[in-house]
Amino acid sequence: MACMHKFALGSLAALALSAGTVPALAQQGLDEPFQKTFREALAGKTVAYVPVAMNFDLTEGWYAGLKKELEPFGVKFVIRDPNWNTNAGAQAVTSLISEKPAVMVIHNPDVQTYAKLLQRAENEGIYVIQINMGSAYRSSAFVGANWIEIGERQTEGVVKACQGKSNKIAIIQGALSAAASAYTLKGVENILAKHPEIKVVSSQAADWDAAKAKAITQTVLKQNPDLCGIVGFWDGMDIGTAAAIKEAGLTGKVFLATSGGGERKGACELVKNGSFDLNMSYDVPTQAAQMAGTIKWLLSSGAKPGSVKGSEYTTLIPITKENADTQTACWNLSDLKK
Amino acid sequence: MKRIRVSQQEIVFAVFAALFLTFSIFLNGFLSADNMLTLLQNVAVLGILGLGMAIVVIGRGIDLSLIAALAVPGGLVLQMVQNGHSLPASLLAAGLLSIAVGLVNGWLIAYAEVPPLFATLATGLFVAGLGQAALFQLDVVQWSEGLAGFERLGQGSILGIPTSIVMFAIACVVVFILLRKTRWGAYIYAIGDNPFAARVTGIPTRPIIVLQYVVAALIGCFAGLVMAASVNSMPTRIFNSTLIYDVILVVVLGGIGLSGGRGGVVNVIIGTLLIGTMLNGMTILNIPYAGQNLIKGLVLLVAVITDTFLNPRNEETAQQGDI
Repeated sequence: MACMHKFALGSLAALALSAGTVPALAQQGLDEPFQKTFREALAGKTVAYVPVAMNFDLTEGWYAGLKKELEPFGVKFVIRDPNWNTNAGAQAVTSLISEKPAVMVIHNPDVQTYAKLLQRAENEGIYVIQINMGSAYRSSAFVGANWIEIGERQTEGVVKACQGKSNKIAIIQGALSAAASAYTLKGVENILAKHPEIKVVSSQAADWDAAKAKAITQTVLKQNPDLCGIVGFWDGMDIGTAAAIKEAGLTGKVFLATSGGGERKGACELVKNGSFDLNMSYDVPTQAAQMAGTIKWLLSSGAKPGSVKGSEYTTLIPITKENADTQTACWNLSDLKK
Repeated sequence: MKRIRVSQQEIVFAVFAALFLTFSIFLNGFLSADNMLTLLQNVAVLGILGLGMAIVVIGRGIDLSLIAALAVPGGLVLQMVQNGHSLPASLLAAGLLSIAVGLVNGWLIAYAEVPPLFATLATGLFVAGLGQAALFQLDVVQWSEGLAGFERLGQGSILGIPTSIVMFAIACVVVFILLRKTRWGAYIYAIGDNPFAARVTGIPTRPIIVLQYVVAALIGCFAGLVMAASVNSMPTRIFNSTLIYDVILVVVLGGIGLSGGRGGVVNVIIGTLLIGTMLNGMTILNIPYAGQNLIKGLVLLVAVITDTFLNPRNEETAQQGDI
């Protein structure tokens, strides 16, 4: 009897409990306390994007990646395309400051031109994110490749390939005025200082121009047919370098290291067909995702622009024959734009 | 005392010969057959463009849209094939686009009488913008599977001579025939020499001017295809480069005066050779970029100053726009 009573009491208690709390849980969910302020912080905000130019894999990729991540939250984009014109870029940044977007994503043409403007922008309350090419002013965030590391790792690849060979290498630089080119060269020098046996037979600037790179490489290869490696500074330009190597019948004998954004047609395909032996990729979609993440964090943090400053150097992906076939090594611009 | 008359063409040739000799003696590996072919190969596209510019300059015009005419139709072929069109259809489209550019240039200059400098500056910008905005997905248009075999237009060799040199040679022959063996060529010289006199004598000056720009645009398109085949891609951003100055340099340095009516294919070849020799020698010497520009400028100055001393200008020969 006592046992029965206990059971009845227990079931009664259970009934009371289920009647009291369980339906309540189903009807009123638990409010997550921070998502609303996050959504409010992003909705209707404007992100201004000033690349050095549109229409090439890096800048198109960044833009597509940013839009994909931020547009669903109601973030608006304005884009200013200076089309390689530094003055037009500076004007665009100046006029943007008065338009007061919440965030500016800036791709600097050089170290100095925008530096003062970016500082002014942050003083006016605009977060500034610099991408791939930093300026002398350190803003809220820098997201991008470490050019010195790129130069070092490319050169390490070339030096390794040269072991037991002629030890003669050539360097195809970008444009002399570009800091990315100068930083990469510094990386090359760092490694060469450790390898005095390596002889640089030619170090010339090809102005990011494939035709010039080809002309220089042809001449260098005729003078030094036993060349064992070339450090090139950008895959878009080194298509020309590769064409010269191929025409000289030296594919596979001259190790060509280059770097770029890792777009499939410009990187993986060309590694697969033997044009490049090593392509250091700074993986544009990941850079875009990191920028988007930083923008979300900054906008929702309410931090005063310029009060926090940090860097996110990109983890590089070395693309070689081993991974050029994989889905993850490269990306497709068309997919990112979907 | 009889004054020695030396034309600019001969001065440039002398500068070229002097440079060539110096490099041959002092620069190890310069005077090898291989290097000579490389030298020519490196300037073949520049030479082809020089031919297009020469036709226009001889007719007392100038075509600043030539680089756009190189980049956009060439890029269009690569882009269309990439998008799945057939190669012949793409080539046809590029050809039609080039002809359209030439027709617009020619019409603006011959019929609307816009000075060629402004007309071609504007059309060049327009065509380059059209390419960027509407035709290409990316600035650098990559080679694709559908073009297999077409790279032989700019790579490899025919009978041991690199193909791009052969293409330059073919272009030289075609332009030579046009300028020297056809009536149209004679008309171009006549118009360049004195457009008003040419018109009075009954030469159809306006259609001939249109023809010049159409031929120049087609040559530009051809140079673009050779270049794209040679580097396995079309860097359409080349429009923003200083290539157009190099083309004018080749023409003017070779002795084709901007005042028109003078010079021919030989001048273009000499100008191209001089630029090629300088570039090649400086690359072998591994002279830094800034130094190369300095030397290029210096050689040009020497050639121009020598010309001014040996052939002083006077009121009879001087013309507006003469340099």
